[in-house]
Amino acid sequence: MPSTPTPLTQGLPSAWSAIGVAVALAIYPLLMSVAGQDFYIGLGSRVLILALAASALNLVLGYGGMISLGHAAFLGIGGYTVALLAQGGSAPAWLAMPLAVIAAAAGAALIGAVSLRTRGVYFIMITLAFAQIFYYLAVSLRGLGGDDGLPMLARVELPGLSLGDDIGFYYFVLALAGLAFMLLYRLAASRFGRALVAIRENEQRMAAIGYPVYRLKLAAFTLSGGLAGLAGALLANLSLGVTPHLLTWHQSGILIVMVILGGSGYFWGGLTGAAIYMLLEESISTHTEHWNLWLGALLLFIVLVAPEGIMSLRRKPAKAERA
Amino acid sequence: MLYLLLEQGLNGLQYGLMLFLLAAGLTLVFGIMDVINLAHGSLYMIGAFLAAAFYQHLENYLAALLLAILATALIGALLEQTLYRRLQKMSHLSQVLATFALILIANESVKIIFGAQPLMLPVPEMLYGPIELVEDELYYPRFRMLIIVVGVLVALGLYLLVNRTRIGMWMRAGASNPGMAAVMGVRIQPLFTFVFALGAGLCALAGALLGPLLAVNVGMGESILIPAFEVIVIGGIGSMRGALVGSLLVGMIDTVGRVLLTLLLKAVSDPATANSVGPTLASMAVSLLMVAVLYFRPQGLFPARG
Amino acid sequence: MNPALLQAQGLVKRFGGLLATDHCNLEVARGEIHALIGPNGAGKTTLLAQLSGELAPDSGRILFDGKDITRLPIHKRVAAGVARSFQITKLFERLSVRENLALAVQARSGHSFDLLGAVADEAALDQGAAEIAARVGLGDVFEQVVATLSHGRQRQLELGMALACGPRLLLLDEPMAGTDPEESRQMGKLILSLRGHCTFILVEHDMDAVFRLADRVSVLVAGSVIASGTVDEIRSDPQVIAAYLGDDHDAGAAA
Repeated sequence: MPSTPTPLTQGLPSAWSAIGVAVALAIYPLLMSVAGQDFYIGLGSRVLILALAASALNLVLGYGGMISLGHAAFLGIGGYTVALLAQGGSAPAWLAMPLAVIAAAAGAALIGAVSLRTRGVYFIMITLAFAQIFYYLAVSLRGLGGDDGLPMLARVELPGLSLGDDIGFYYFVLALAGLAFMLLYRLAASRFGRALVAIRENEQRMAAIGYPVYRLKLAAFTLSGGLAGLAGALLANLSLGVTPHLLTWHQSGILIVMVILGGSGYFWGGLTGAAIYMLLEESISTHTEHWNLWLGALLLFIVLVAPEGIMSLRRKPAKAERA
Repeated sequence: MLYLLLEQGLNGLQYGLMLFLLAAGLTLVFGIMDVINLAHGSLYMIGAFLAAAFYQHLENYLAALLLAILATALIGALLEQTLYRRLQKMSHLSQVLATFALILIANESVKIIFGAQPLMLPVPEMLYGPIELVEDELYYPRFRMLIIVVGVLVALGLYLLVNRTRIGMWMRAGASNPGMAAVMGVRIQPLFTFVFALGAGLCALAGALLGPLLAVNVGMGESILIPAFEVIVIGGIGSMRGALVGSLLVGMIDTVGRVLLTLLLKAVSDPATANSVGPTLASMAVSLLMVAVLYFRPQGLFPARG
Repeated sequence: MNPALLQAQGLVKRFGGLLATDHCNLEVARGEIHALIGPNGAGKTTLLAQLSGELAPDSGRILFDGKDITRLPIHKRVAAGVARSFQITKLFERLSVRENLALAVQARSGHSFDLLGAVADEAALDQGAAEIAARVGLGDVFEQVVATLSHGRQRQLELGMALACGPRLLLLDEPMAGTDPEESRQMGKLILSLRGHCTFILVEHDMDAVFRLADRVSVLVAGSVIASGTVDEIRSDPQVIAAYLGDDHDAGAAA
């Protein structure tokens, strides 16, 4: 094996890093509980959920090179599915969560089937347009609560675990996110993952050596949508409801920002990015109400100095490529 | 009924022409510089705020409008020189991120400078009230009429600029083949600055014209950005003709479609539902139109590049 | 058995008003090196793209081994045994030679929708890659990143990528493009060493190379084949001389 990682290997974490992250995440709420900082347990759940959403986007954006500016749609589909199911009181987790994933994946398959026939700028714009369609739907349909969205009276129910309480919910999130991360890890290390990265590197050659490029991209897009839907469903549970804000293109933009902050195409990119983003927001917001100004300045700095994300600062900066 | 449709048709024309002011700049920047500028709507917002601020000091609408155009064009030129020139050489992803960052910065800066409350930009006194287009049947606000006239004049001016002047020839060459244009000796960097400043000025014009009709507030840039993007994708990126046709199409669908769909829905369901679903279906129709155009004609209706 | 491995019948391809391929017929026999020559703009690259599946012809059909492949997508044609190389090198520049070739080997072995099986330790892919690398003379730079290789080396890999698909028909688009005389000679030797293992369609501007390598030659002018035959037949065909070789021959050979 070559000593320096190439694009095919840089997206794979070591087993040790995975164990380390898992242990740290598992003991985090206990530490916070002992320290009496219960607020940070809820924040931890939010970070984990956003990490899941950003990692889902990272699969298509970072690994596959597909710049989707419409992933808010899948967050929304997942979130609204759970909220709708909970309107009659409370829904069992074993039903609500898989349904949310399936609904979002189905949406992604449809959107992807059309969008992936376009390239470059057009792909960015068409994913954005699709997400807007879902936004308009949510805003206007009375069954979806219009501008107010859908509140939930209670979180989904799981026998044996109290999801109403912060620590219980955190472990629920951790379990599902953990499963998703294991899936993503196996994907990244599989033939499929390799093919996906290679498509990002040189799509025309991949077609010429016999890969069904369109179907591979569509498979990745569908999986990514399903996982983003899971994140949306968890988010709805966390905040006890959904609003159309979940579907705004601002939300899609923030997900891209997280992926870039953490490292596009790196396995821990989504987790790192979500954590950095939330930490920055929490710490800067306590000092100033103009958090967005700082976020904008930071983003500009990253684009101009480290266009591949902060993970790339560890390596020699590679030349930026045109999409 | 006929006059209602006529009035809505005029509203659609007016909205379409304002969209065109934004889309024209967007499509030029996109086509010639190959930069995705998500912050184009922010220039529109800045233009509107500057117009409102100048108006508060000068109490003269025309002067405020002209000053706002000038100032926003200047801001555009500065942005091109400092930032967009560098973004040009970067990936689309970097452009999306950097211009997304600009939106955040612009929104927050406007909040800091002008406060979070919307500013008022009143209709100039001499343009108060409606004019009678058809005796006793169709009245139309003078100010909206002015917007339509200005929109048509600007569209005409842009047509002449692009098709009848040397700069326009360079712009067309740049949009169809940037590399070739450079080889042919077009001084490409000053051209970029000019195009960007022009686009910014048009944004400010739209912002100042729409200011009296809408509230001048922080979110206004983002609410018009998406339709503007849909316009240029429908029309074909880089094509001025496409931007005009796309704008009018989107303006009409959004405005007339809103009324027609609401009327249609009222026939089949209760009025409350119709009033809420109609406008949404119209907005969705625009997005769906763009999706359909991209599906069947991936380069838009009037592709600029052969 | 049909002696022709590939038959193109009445292919037509229009771009707007331009007729790029004009009722083109082409027959390539099993095992031969079939050169495709013609002046610039004759439509060689367009024809190649239709054979490989990147472009769909407006009418006409393409038979490969007697089967109609006209509407097959690229990846199915590769699976059937048609692979191509590019005139302008299109490699995974940031990957090593091994990784480049292993990707091509992986495509042939399928399982790219095997979402969960780990690939890192798949020795079979690397072994397949190593065999191809040895065959095209890249064994010594097997672990190097492609971007660091010389142009000539990249051209060798370009051929290797197509070869790794395990083709029965190889479409080579100007394999000598941009190489120096020594590299060009190497490439010629490489192609000759593969003669008999598979069938070639060779698009090439270097006439010396064409006459040295080809078993048969087809001449493409204005989108259709005006003559097909052995090297000697083509050299003496008055129509070809008039249309193409005439004055341009020297210029072509010097290029």
